[in-house]
This record gives sequence, C-alpha cells and structure tokens, in this order.
Amino acid sequence: MQGLTVKELDCVRGDRLVFAGVALAVNPGRALLLSGANGSGKSSLLRILAGLLPQAAGTLTWEGEDIADDAEAHRRRIAYIGHADPVKPGLTVCENLEFWARLYGLEPEIEPALYQFGIEALADLPARYLSAGQRRRLTLARLAVGQNSPYGPPLWLLDEPATGLDPSAVAMLANSILAHLANEGVAIIASHGGLLDEALGGHADRLDLQDAAP
Amino acid sequence: MIGLLLLIRRDLKLAFRGGTDAAMAVVFFILAATLFPFGVGPDPEILPRIGGGVIWVVALLAAMLSLERMFSADYEDGSLEQFVLSPLPMVMVALAKIIAHWLTTGVLLLVAAPVLAVFYNLPAAAFVPLIVSMLLGTPTLSLIGAIGAALTLGARRSGVLISLLVLPLYIPVLIFGALVVDSALAGREYGALLMVLGGFLLLALAAAPWATAAALRQAIE
Repeated sequence: MQGLTVKELDCVRGDRLVFAGVALAVNPGRALLLSGANGSGKSSLLRILAGLLPQAAGTLTWEGEDIADDAEAHRRRIAYIGHADPVKPGLTVCENLEFWARLYGLEPEIEPALYQFGIEALADLPARYLSAGQRRRLTLARLAVGQNSPYGPPLWLLDEPATGLDPSAVAMLANSILAHLANEGVAIIASHGGLLDEALGGHADRLDLQDAAP
Repeated sequence: MIGLLLLIRRDLKLAFRGGTDAAMAVVFFILAATLFPFGVGPDPEILPRIGGGVIWVVALLAAMLSLERMFSADYEDGSLEQFVLSPLPMVMVALAKIIAHWLTTGVLLLVAAPVLAVFYNLPAAAFVPLIVSMLLGTPTLSLIGAIGAALTLGARRSGVLISLLVLPLYIPVLIFGALVVDSALAGREYGALLMVLGGFLLLALAAAPWATAAALRQAIE
C-alpha cells in the first residue's frame, strides 16, 4: 500500500516561494483533493508531480522508488489533465481522441470513451464546433481511453477537471474517477469544491495548500 | 517512429484543413517576387541576373512567415505538455514539427519556384540548380527556424524576435543558394556549392532538433 509519497516539497516560481514543506501520501485506490486560494500552488504541485516542473526541494516516490531515478517510467504512469484542452479545432472529435490514444500507445477504443463522457453523438463533428464544456468532455475522454486499456496509467493528475462542466458531466467524471480508484488507481485533483468533491466523498483525502504557504 | 509519423500526419491534416498558413507563405512568395521587376524595371538583361537571388531572399522570408505558429498553437492549448509526457521523445516531437513545417511550406515554395524562374526569364539551364539548391536549402530554413520559434515561445512580439534570431543564421544558406543559380547562369561548376548546402542541412539536422527540444522543455516550465 505505497502509491505516491511526497516529502518536504518546496516550489519556487521566479523569485517567489509558492509553498514549502509539503508532504503527502496517497495509497492505491485513494484520491487526494487539493484546495487553496488562487496562487497557492495547486497547479504547480500537480506539474511537479507530473515532472513538468522541477521542485526546489523534496523527494517524490512511487511504490517506494524515487521518481527521479526513472523519469521515463514515471511519465508512463501518468495521465495529466491541465487547465487547457489539447483539442485541435481542425480535427474531428474522434480524430482528436484517436491521435492522443495512439501517441500514448493506448488501444484507441474511441467509442466507449466518448460514450463515457456523453459525446458519442459528436464523434464526426470538427472540434471547432464544440462548446467549451464539450471540449472539456473530449479532453477528459482521454482518461476513459486509458481506463479501458490494459496499459492505462495508474496515476491521474487532474487540474480543476470539472471547470466548465454541467452537473451531468461532473457526475460522469466522478464515475470515471471512482472506477479508476476501484481499480487501485491513484488520483490527485486540484479543486475548488463543488459537486465533484461531494461525489468523491469518502474515497478522497484533502490537502489545503494554504497551510503550506510560506 | 510511429509517434513521429502520427504527429506529422496530424500537422499535415491541420495544415491542409486550415489552409491559411501554408497558402499565405506561397502567396507571399509569389507576390513579393513579382514586386521586384516593378522596382528594377523589366529589362530582360537584368531580371535573369537578379532572379536567383530574389527568389532565394523571398523564399527565405516566406518560410519565416509561418514559423511563429510552428509551436504556439500546441503551447497555448496544452498539447506541448502532453507531448512532454508522451512516450515520444521531445527530440522526435521537434523533428516531426520541423518536417511538417517543411512539407507545408518548403515543398510548396519548391513547386512555385519554377513559375517565378519563368517570370524572371531564367534560362532553362538554371532551373535544375535552383530547384536542387532549394531542395537542400529550404529544410535547413525550417530546422534553423524551429530553434527560433521554440526559443521565443510565449514571448511578446515573438514574430519580430524570431526574425532577429533567425535571419542572421539564414545568411549562409542564402549566399550559397543564390551562388548556385549564379554559377549555373555563368556556366560555372556548382556541384561544390550544392555540397556546401548539403553540409549545412546535415549540420542543422544534427543540432536543431536537440536545441529545439531543449527550448520547448524550457518553455513549458
């Protein structure tokens, strides 16, 4: 029961110390909800965990192994959803999803993934005609592709994933996350509260980054 | 390798469906080259003499037009972060973007160049050297341009910055590219000049994808 462990993590952006001494441990089958005011470092923490940003200090381990020892293996275990939606307006919904699935070496089972987020009817529509909420659903459908694949990543890092989603889409997202946790996956989610937090309820621990502010 | 081809194919799809950047470069290439005769006069003696150089200068400027968009769309919509996390090494990502840029810009310039050669009344003997020199030179422009595009990612007025960074590095390609055409016109041997252009291409191929990948990684931090 090791999952992800972080010790004494500091983050510096420019000359500013964003947070210091962050420690967390998330076991397989559990989620961690990150909270805190704007600028408290939720996104930075997720980016550090994804290896997109170097930490100023501290150690990160997965299943007891230091992540820095094998950065490539760490990348393979991550599904990261950031603020932006990597959706190309010139490609159809199906083509967008298929591109990412293939690039990540996943079985491109597109239809079930689109169905999981309620956008199966839009499969052949160019993404330029999608609303912001539909684009977000398409971005999140990548999680479902990984979920349905035997090589799906076990560590989900989600940066305010429910932004722009209607309540039914939030419920779909919550179901996906719960299914991931039931499969012994780990999810770390930056959130400002709301329906998603409520839906994850007892499956999630909480970390307020305000407490780690310098 | 599959990832490299996937990314090239995606960028080609986007370019041909979006159309604007690639079409803009070719239209600029033709329009700008047709302006010169209005300035220097339609003298049939002068036009062939300056033709090679003009075509090369305008091709170089046209190739620069779409550099700013080479990585910026992927940077803005978060695709670049996903590339970093994907199994495809960033060097391959950079190489794929460079190849796609060349296919959507350099190749179109190559196709349009003979039309301009006729327009400048270049003798038939200069056509092949012009095309071969551009075949070797335009990929070098995309390779060098990618470094500038990656270094200025996220900067304000990145278009101007790219020009300042990249134009000086384009000069050797321009000099040897134009020299090839001049030598062919004068009936001189130009094989060695083509080999120099080939050398530039190999040098750029050996260095640019790595430098571009490093700059891209820096840009997303």
